[in-house]
Amino acid sequence: MAVLEILKYPDERLKTVCEPVERFDDELRAFLIDLDETMRAGPGGVGIAASQVGRFQRICIVDVSVNPKIKKHHGELILINPEITEWEGFKKGREGCMSVPDYTGNVMRAEKITLEYFDEYGEPCRIETDGFEARAIQHEMDHMEGMLFLDRLVSRRNDLFKRKVYQK
Amino acid sequence: MSTDKWYMLTVVGKDRSGIVSHVTKALLEGGCNLGESSMLRLGDSFTIMMMVGSDGTLKNLSDLIAPTAESMGLHTHVDHVQGGLHQHVEPDVHIVVYGADRPGIVAHVTGALAEAGLNIVNLDTDVGGSESAPIYVMHIDGVAQEGIPALESAIDIVVKEGVDAKLSHIETMIG
Repeated sequence: MAVLEILKYPDERLKTVCEPVERFDDELRAFLIDLDETMRAGPGGVGIAASQVGRFQRICIVDVSVNPKIKKHHGELILINPEITEWEGFKKGREGCMSVPDYTGNVMRAEKITLEYFDEYGEPCRIETDGFEARAIQHEMDHMEGMLFLDRLVSRRNDLFKRKVYQK
Repeated sequence: MSTDKWYMLTVVGKDRSGIVSHVTKALLEGGCNLGESSMLRLGDSFTIMMMVGSDGTLKNLSDLIAPTAESMGLHTHVDHVQGGLHQHVEPDVHIVVYGADRPGIVAHVTGALAEAGLNIVNLDTDVGGSESAPIYVMHIDGVAQEGIPALESAIDIVVKEGVDAKLSHIETMIG
């Protein structure tokens, strides 16, 4: 087990579009243990994507139960090759990232999502989730497309009257 | 950036295009480095509060900006400050207050919130509506040092005094 080094912006590797996982083997599962440990070592981290530690595959871990204020969640989610198949509503929320220290900003995310993915043994799974957990999943899935929350920042000012916009 | 001498430069003038570009060009050519800033239009004035890193003296910086200020009709002021970058304070509460404009909204609301433990990180206010019926809108981000319930009680009081106010919790997601 090991805490892996987290790539920090402006490291260009964070812009890499990740490849799907094809082999669900012991090597993958050993990596997931390290990835989990790395996520938990970061202060307040509730999610981590493999690309944040330099492995450019469509893998992330989300566990919002780390934050005791979040009551509604699925516990630890190991998401491999995830796809959002349905989404509903949009909401602004504040995000930060272990790859972007000392900066947080507002980002629009889908409020409710349906997600299809594979677990660490290659079993297909499907969940519906919303709120903080849905936000965390969308943030991590952006990493797989080489996107950071910086790419989605919305204005700090005038949000009371701002029309809702969601752009990729 | 390696600058360890920081100044706070304040710039105010009638709004026109080019203020930011001219001011920052003069600073760049004078070897300065910029830190965090707030630059915005308030009424028909344009305002800048900007951290400027410079190895020179306070007078050097004032002199550097003077020709631009003169040509664009800007008032400037410079103070020496501590840098303090990379120490962002994370707000955990957002409060929106609005109502028919009248004297005392900011003083009353922030007074009640300060007493209930709010440390303001960011606050901005706008006057909207019409000249005959102006409305006042205030956005506050802050840290609830004595918890959210204390602030909610304070909000209940200011609402009874005749403004609309809404508090929402900011739960920052770190991923």
